[in-house]
Amino acid sequence: MSNIDPILLLTAIIIVSTPILLAAIGELVVERAGVLNLGVEGMMITGAVCGFVVATMTGSPWLGFAGAALGGALLSMIFGILTQLFLSNQVATGLALTLFGLGLSALMGQGYIGVKGPAVPDLYLPLLRDIPVLGPILFRHDIIVYLALAIVLGVWLFLNRTRAGRVLRAVGENHDAAHALGYKVVRVRLMAIAFGGACAGLGGAYLSLVRVPQWTEGMTAGAGWIALAIVVFASWRPGRLVLGAWLFGGATALQLALQASGGVQIPIEYLQMAPYLATILVLVILRAGRAPGSLGRPFHASS
Amino acid sequence: MTFKTVLLGATAAMGLATGAMAQDDKTKVGFIYVGPIGDLGWSYQHDQGRLAVEEEFGDKVETVYVESVPEGPDAERVLTQMALQGADMIFTTSFGFMEATMNAAQKFPDVKFEHATGYQRADNVSTYSARFYEGRAVQGLIAGEMTESNIIGYIGSYPIPEVIRGINAAYLQAKKVNPEVEFRVVWAYTWFDPAKEAEAAKALIDAGADVILQHTDSTAPQAAAQEAGDVITFGQASDMLDYAPEPRVSSIIDNWNQYYIDRVGAVMDGSWESQDTWGGIDSGMVEIGEITEAVPAEVKQAALELKDKIAAGEVHPFTGPINKQDGSAWLAEGETADDETLAGMNFYVEGLKGEIPQ
Repeated sequence: MSNIDPILLLTAIIIVSTPILLAAIGELVVERAGVLNLGVEGMMITGAVCGFVVATMTGSPWLGFAGAALGGALLSMIFGILTQLFLSNQVATGLALTLFGLGLSALMGQGYIGVKGPAVPDLYLPLLRDIPVLGPILFRHDIIVYLALAIVLGVWLFLNRTRAGRVLRAVGENHDAAHALGYKVVRVRLMAIAFGGACAGLGGAYLSLVRVPQWTEGMTAGAGWIALAIVVFASWRPGRLVLGAWLFGGATALQLALQASGGVQIPIEYLQMAPYLATILVLVILRAGRAPGSLGRPFHASS
Repeated sequence: MTFKTVLLGATAAMGLATGAMAQDDKTKVGFIYVGPIGDLGWSYQHDQGRLAVEEEFGDKVETVYVESVPEGPDAERVLTQMALQGADMIFTTSFGFMEATMNAAQKFPDVKFEHATGYQRADNVSTYSARFYEGRAVQGLIAGEMTESNIIGYIGSYPIPEVIRGINAAYLQAKKVNPEVEFRVVWAYTWFDPAKEAEAAKALIDAGADVILQHTDSTAPQAAAQEAGDVITFGQASDMLDYAPEPRVSSIIDNWNQYYIDRVGAVMDGSWESQDTWGGIDSGMVEIGEITEAVPAEVKQAALELKDKIAAGEVHPFTGPINKQDGSAWLAEGETADDETLAGMNFYVEGLKGEIPQ
């Protein structure tokens, strides 16, 4: 243990958890609006490729992130139109979206395999970055790390402090009642789905532009599914979502750091299990909250 | 002659006709890959082999491939499907396809199977692999000479003999040129997961490693090393030249082209037999990618000398005296390891720290 630098470890945790956090906060809003979109993985990988392609074409990582958000949102609209307007089954459509996204991204990324993208600079925060201990952990990241946290805060404020947020929750809890009150259920849900797609796209682009950083097929490798699990883990609350993402990211980073430190005597199988065990354990301890009442149910104004 | 016998005769004739047609038909060769062919590593190189076969035989062959096939029951399904679609020969290009290959081979005795890096054979199953450990030894020499922190990071995929052999071979050479050297092994439990490989590389760099060796298939560790700066890496399976001259200072390239051409040719002329092939630097199956100018000239020269000596059979990477990790004797002075021990290698040599996950 003594070989692990806690500052580097905490820094690693924040970076590892960011893509999952981004995808999860988007899905949280979607589910709070009563829609279950299992296509997170597909939207993430599409965002990863869109972000990478735009960033290498324009040379600007920021345009890349914008392109990723747009790509994710556009893909999510396929899901939105199918499930909200044509009332297709949400689970099946979401799964199909993941498969479609994986294939589409592989196709789009054909010419970009092995290409190096533009570098994303760390945000330079004078003074703050020089604070001992806290500086390296908190204030030497790229801007997307802070953006992810800002989005989480924004979602919390939106859901709990704004009228529009309450409308969205009402739609998710009981769409018939919300409809009777005159709220546009389908429109609210479509907007939530687009937001979820954009966030997943950003999360994917964080992988292809910052963390890896390059484009390879299938590079999200299941991160979207973990994001889905973390939404349940967080009982659909933004605050707990951050905790869940850090816990998962923390267990992942810690197990690698323990192996790399060279001094561990813990069998590696346990280290490999740790992220998942920790997630299950906290799920049990925290008592999962209640899911939104209309989650996954189709809505039609006539019924 | 009744109408019925005419019909029967006609059916039989048609059956014969299709049989004859099938013989004139192209030789159909299938490939299954564990990763995407765009990994620029392991699966990419196997696919290069497939393309070489196409180029060599032109219209006489038809190749099909399925990429990103998970190791497990899915692989058998894919193999069955390929065989049913008329494949004459199938290359299964990952260790974890072993069971699936053996099962499919039993179901389709007329289809020839070629399983990479495995050890189970049957009348219609050959195995083939390359002596990557020879290349690892050359890497170990460069790594040992170049490290300043004396900590060398090693990203392992799965604790299987092939990977353990590589770690041992690299360590022995590194230790020889630099007695202070220490290896840190991180097991990623994946062949291809860029995010995880990048994290593993970063964890090793955070722990002080300034040389990263990888036995996983993506270029993500190269990118991580480049970002960190002052860390050198080696291309794995493929040249990964995009990351030269630094961090990538050299590479091990798997070159399956000739083997694939030979084996497909053997199926065509009917001389195919079940066999086990283990090609090294001498056969061209293992190539050492260009050593860049980031490596001092004398180190480069020593590395090339070692490579030539291994190719000529003058040096064996596992030459005694070598003890096992627990201190027990393995090879006596001057003794070299036999292939059987190497094929099943499940122990670290003396000096390596940590335990191999069982």
